[in-house]
Amino acid sequence: MPEQRTESATDLREATRSGPGRILIAVYALFAVAATARSAYQLAVQFDRAPLAYLLSALSGVIYIVATVCFVRGSRTSRLVATVSCTVELIGVIAVGTASVLVPSAFPDATVWSLYGDGYGYVPLVLPILGLLWIRHTRPR
Amino acid sequence: MTAPLANALIIASLVGALWSVVLMMLSRPIGKIYLLGYLALIEIGLLVLAVLAVVALFLPHGPVRVAVFVGYLIGSLVILPLAGWWSVAERSRWGMGVLLIGCLAIPVMIVRMYQLWSGGA
Repeated sequence: MPEQRTESATDLREATRSGPGRILIAVYALFAVAATARSAYQLAVQFDRAPLAYLLSALSGVIYIVATVCFVRGSRTSRLVATVSCTVELIGVIAVGTASVLVPSAFPDATVWSLYGDGYGYVPLVLPILGLLWIRHTRPR
Repeated sequence: MTAPLANALIIASLVGALWSVVLMMLSRPIGKIYLLGYLALIEIGLLVLAVLAVVALFLPHGPVRVAVFVGYLIGSLVILPLAGWWSVAERSRWGMGVLLIGCLAIPVMIVRMYQLWSGGA
Protein backbone atom coordinates (compact mmCIF):
# COMPACT_ATOMS: atom_id res chain seq x y z
CA MET A 1 0.00 0.00 0.00
CA PRO A 2 1.81 3.11 -1.16
CA GLU A 3 -0.46 5.40 0.87
CA GLN A 4 0.39 3.68 4.13
CA ARG A 5 4.05 3.83 3.36
CA THR A 6 3.88 7.58 2.75
CA GLU A 7 2.09 8.03 6.06
CA SER A 8 4.67 6.12 8.06
CA ALA A 9 7.45 7.99 6.27
CA THR A 10 5.86 11.26 7.38
CA ASP A 11 5.53 9.90 10.91
CA LEU A 12 9.19 8.93 10.95
CA ARG A 13 10.17 12.34 9.63
CA GLU A 14 8.10 14.12 12.27
CA ALA A 15 9.43 11.85 15.03
CA THR A 16 13.01 12.57 13.99
CA ARG A 17 12.74 16.34 13.76
CA SER A 18 10.25 17.30 16.45
CA GLY A 19 10.45 17.39 20.23
CA PRO A 20 14.02 17.16 21.54
CA GLY A 21 15.05 16.46 17.94
CA ARG A 22 14.30 20.08 17.13
CA ILE A 23 16.87 21.27 19.69
CA LEU A 24 19.36 18.69 18.47
CA ILE A 25 18.99 20.02 14.92
CA ALA A 26 19.35 23.61 16.15
CA VAL A 27 22.65 22.81 17.90
CA TYR A 28 23.88 20.78 14.94
CA ALA A 29 23.07 23.65 12.57
CA LEU A 30 24.94 26.08 14.82
CA PHE A 31 28.01 23.85 14.83
CA ALA A 32 27.75 23.20 11.10
CA VAL A 33 27.93 26.92 10.40
CA ALA A 34 30.58 27.64 13.06
CA ALA A 35 32.94 24.82 12.04
CA THR A 36 32.51 25.36 8.30
CA ALA A 37 32.94 29.13 8.43
CA ARG A 38 35.97 28.83 10.67
CA SER A 39 37.73 26.24 8.52
CA ALA A 40 36.85 28.01 5.26
CA TYR A 41 38.59 31.12 6.57
CA GLN A 42 41.57 29.17 7.91
CA LEU A 43 42.02 27.19 4.70
CA ALA A 44 41.75 30.30 2.56
CA VAL A 45 43.99 32.64 4.57
CA GLN A 46 46.51 30.64 6.59
CA PHE A 47 46.57 27.07 5.27
CA ASP A 48 50.35 26.72 5.73
CA ARG A 49 50.25 27.41 9.43
CA ALA A 50 48.53 24.20 10.50
CA PRO A 51 47.32 22.20 7.47
CA LEU A 52 46.34 19.10 9.46
CA ALA A 53 44.28 21.04 12.01
CA TYR A 54 42.52 23.08 9.32
CA LEU A 55 41.71 20.05 7.17
CA LEU A 56 40.29 18.30 10.25
CA SER A 57 38.21 21.41 10.99
CA ALA A 58 36.89 21.34 7.43
CA LEU A 59 36.07 17.64 7.74
CA SER A 60 34.19 18.22 10.99
CA GLY A 61 32.28 21.08 9.37
CA VAL A 62 31.19 18.84 6.49
CA ILE A 63 30.14 16.09 8.91
CA TYR A 64 28.06 18.56 10.95
CA ILE A 65 26.35 19.77 7.77
CA VAL A 66 25.59 16.19 6.65
CA ALA A 67 24.20 15.30 10.09
CA THR A 68 22.04 18.46 10.23
CA VAL A 69 20.54 17.85 6.79
CA CYS A 70 19.92 14.18 7.56
CA PHE A 71 18.16 14.91 10.86
CA VAL A 72 15.95 17.48 9.11
CA ARG A 73 15.06 15.07 6.28
CA GLY A 74 14.41 12.20 8.67
CA SER A 75 13.89 9.48 6.05
CA ARG A 76 15.13 5.94 6.56
CA THR A 77 18.18 6.53 4.37
CA SER A 78 19.05 9.88 5.90
CA ARG A 79 18.73 8.44 9.40
CA LEU A 80 21.26 5.79 8.38
CA VAL A 81 23.59 8.49 7.01
CA ALA A 82 23.10 10.47 10.23
CA THR A 83 24.06 7.40 12.26
CA VAL A 84 27.24 6.99 10.23
CA SER A 85 28.16 10.67 10.46
CA CYS A 86 27.50 10.77 14.23
CA THR A 87 29.72 7.71 14.64
CA VAL A 88 32.51 9.24 12.55
CA GLU A 89 32.09 12.42 14.57
CA LEU A 90 32.42 10.57 17.86
CA ILE A 91 35.49 8.66 16.66
CA GLY A 92 36.90 11.93 15.31
CA VAL A 93 36.49 13.91 18.51
CA ILE A 94 37.99 11.10 20.60
CA ALA A 95 40.88 10.48 18.17
CA VAL A 96 41.71 14.16 17.61
CA GLY A 97 41.16 14.94 21.30
CA THR A 98 43.59 12.21 22.35
CA ALA A 99 46.10 13.13 19.65
CA SER A 100 46.02 16.80 20.67
CA VAL A 101 46.80 15.78 24.26
CA LEU A 102 49.61 13.34 23.32
CA VAL A 103 51.19 15.26 20.41
CA PRO A 104 50.34 18.94 20.93
CA SER A 105 53.03 19.97 18.42
CA ALA A 106 50.98 18.43 15.59
CA PHE A 107 48.21 20.93 16.33
CA PRO A 108 49.74 24.43 16.35
CA ASP A 109 46.23 25.84 15.96
CA ALA A 110 43.04 24.49 17.50
CA THR A 111 40.34 22.51 15.71
CA VAL A 112 36.75 22.04 16.82
CA TRP A 113 37.77 18.63 18.13
CA SER A 114 41.01 19.60 19.92
CA LEU A 115 41.14 18.60 23.61
CA TYR A 116 37.80 16.83 23.16
CA GLY A 117 36.07 20.07 22.14
CA ASP A 118 37.36 22.03 25.11
CA GLY A 119 37.10 25.34 23.22
CA TYR A 120 33.40 24.71 22.57
CA GLY A 121 32.32 23.66 26.05
CA TYR A 122 32.76 19.94 25.22
CA VAL A 123 29.61 20.15 23.11
CA PRO A 124 31.43 18.41 20.18
CA LEU A 125 31.99 15.40 22.45
CA VAL A 126 28.42 15.22 23.75
CA LEU A 127 26.61 16.05 20.50
CA PRO A 128 27.32 12.81 18.56
CA ILE A 129 26.33 10.73 21.59
CA LEU A 130 23.02 12.60 21.88
CA GLY A 131 22.54 12.26 18.11
CA LEU A 132 23.00 8.48 18.22
CA LEU A 133 20.71 8.16 21.26
CA TRP A 134 18.06 10.22 19.49
CA ILE A 135 18.22 8.07 16.34
CA ARG A 136 17.87 5.00 18.54
CA HIS A 137 15.02 6.52 20.55
CA THR A 138 12.96 7.41 17.45
CA ARG A 139 13.60 4.23 15.48
CA PRO A 140 10.49 2.66 13.96
CA ARG A 141 9.28 -0.40 15.85
CA MET B 1 32.53 48.80 19.04
CA THR B 2 30.06 50.54 21.29
CA ALA B 3 30.53 48.84 24.63
CA PRO B 4 27.29 49.94 26.35
CA LEU B 5 25.04 48.64 23.58
CA ALA B 6 27.03 45.40 23.23
CA ASN B 7 26.92 44.80 26.98
CA ALA B 8 23.20 45.56 27.09
CA LEU B 9 22.61 43.04 24.28
CA ILE B 10 24.61 40.38 26.10
CA ILE B 11 22.52 40.88 29.24
CA ALA B 12 19.28 41.04 27.23
CA SER B 13 20.15 37.75 25.49
CA LEU B 14 20.91 36.06 28.79
CA VAL B 15 17.57 37.29 30.15
CA GLY B 16 15.97 35.82 27.01
CA ALA B 17 17.75 32.53 27.71
CA LEU B 18 16.43 32.52 31.27
CA TRP B 19 12.93 33.32 30.00
CA SER B 20 13.17 30.41 27.54
CA VAL B 21 14.22 28.05 30.33
CA VAL B 22 11.29 29.15 32.53
CA LEU B 23 8.76 28.66 29.70
CA MET B 24 10.40 25.35 28.87
CA MET B 25 10.01 24.12 32.45
CA LEU B 26 6.45 25.39 32.72
CA SER B 27 5.81 23.78 29.32
CA ARG B 28 3.58 26.67 28.34
CA PRO B 29 3.90 27.65 24.69
CA ILE B 30 1.12 30.19 25.28
CA GLY B 31 3.63 32.82 26.45
CA LYS B 32 5.95 32.20 23.53
CA ILE B 33 4.58 35.07 21.48
CA TYR B 34 5.85 37.59 24.08
CA LEU B 35 9.24 35.92 24.15
CA LEU B 36 9.40 36.08 20.35
CA GLY B 37 8.53 39.80 20.55
CA TYR B 38 11.28 40.31 23.09
CA LEU B 39 13.76 38.51 20.84
CA ALA B 40 12.66 40.74 17.95
CA LEU B 41 13.67 43.76 20.09
CA ILE B 42 17.08 42.17 20.69
CA GLU B 43 17.37 41.62 16.94
CA ILE B 44 16.75 45.35 16.36
CA GLY B 45 19.50 46.09 18.89
CA LEU B 46 21.83 43.70 17.06
CA LEU B 47 21.04 45.47 13.77
CA VAL B 48 21.95 48.82 15.33
CA LEU B 49 25.17 47.30 16.70
CA ALA B 50 25.99 45.89 13.25
CA VAL B 51 25.47 49.28 11.57
CA LEU B 52 27.67 50.99 14.16
CA ALA B 53 30.32 48.30 13.78
CA VAL B 54 30.35 48.57 9.98
CA VAL B 55 30.72 52.35 10.23
CA ALA B 56 33.55 51.88 12.76
CA LEU B 57 35.32 49.50 10.35
CA PHE B 58 36.14 52.53 8.19
CA LEU B 59 37.73 54.37 11.11
CA PRO B 60 41.26 53.68 12.42
CA HIS B 61 41.88 51.14 15.20
CA GLY B 62 39.54 48.52 13.77
CA PRO B 63 39.98 44.74 14.02
CA VAL B 64 42.95 43.15 12.28
CA ARG B 65 40.95 40.28 10.80
CA VAL B 66 38.08 42.17 9.18
CA ALA B 67 36.71 39.14 7.29
CA VAL B 68 36.33 37.09 10.48
CA PHE B 69 34.77 40.04 12.27
CA VAL B 70 32.21 40.55 9.51
CA GLY B 71 31.51 36.81 9.59
CA TYR B 72 30.59 36.99 13.25
CA LEU B 73 28.57 40.14 12.58
CA ILE B 74 26.47 38.35 9.95
CA GLY B 75 26.17 35.31 12.22
CA SER B 76 24.87 37.44 15.10
CA LEU B 77 22.13 38.81 12.82
CA VAL B 78 20.83 35.52 11.38
CA ILE B 79 20.77 33.40 14.55
CA LEU B 80 17.65 34.78 16.24
CA PRO B 81 15.44 34.90 13.11
CA LEU B 82 16.42 31.31 12.25
CA ALA B 83 15.88 30.12 15.83
CA GLY B 84 12.48 31.86 15.89
CA TRP B 85 11.46 30.30 12.60
CA TRP B 86 12.63 26.83 13.64
CA SER B 87 10.85 27.05 17.00
CA VAL B 88 7.47 28.21 15.68
CA ALA B 89 6.57 24.86 14.11
CA GLU B 90 7.19 23.12 17.44
CA ARG B 91 4.23 23.43 19.78
CA SER B 92 5.76 21.51 22.67
CA ARG B 93 8.22 22.80 25.26
CA TRP B 94 11.12 21.89 23.00
CA GLY B 95 10.37 24.88 20.78
CA MET B 96 11.54 27.04 23.68
CA GLY B 97 14.72 24.98 23.82
CA VAL B 98 15.53 26.14 20.29
CA LEU B 99 15.11 29.76 21.42
CA LEU B 100 17.36 28.99 24.40
CA ILE B 101 20.12 27.81 22.05
CA GLY B 102 19.72 30.98 19.97
CA CYS B 103 19.81 33.23 23.06
CA LEU B 104 22.98 31.55 24.34
CA ALA B 105 24.71 31.86 20.97
CA ILE B 106 24.31 35.66 20.83
CA PRO B 107 26.57 36.51 23.83
CA VAL B 108 29.23 34.15 22.44
CA MET B 109 29.17 35.97 19.11
CA ILE B 110 29.37 39.40 20.76
CA VAL B 111 32.26 38.36 23.03
CA ARG B 112 34.14 36.96 20.02
CA MET B 113 33.58 40.26 18.16
CA TYR B 114 34.98 42.11 21.18
CA GLN B 115 38.07 39.90 21.17
CA LEU B 116 38.60 40.41 17.45
CA TRP B 117 38.18 44.16 17.81
CA SER B 118 40.79 44.39 20.54
CA GLY B 119 43.21 42.37 18.41
CA GLY B 120 42.95 39.12 20.35
CA ALA B 121 42.68 35.62 18.94
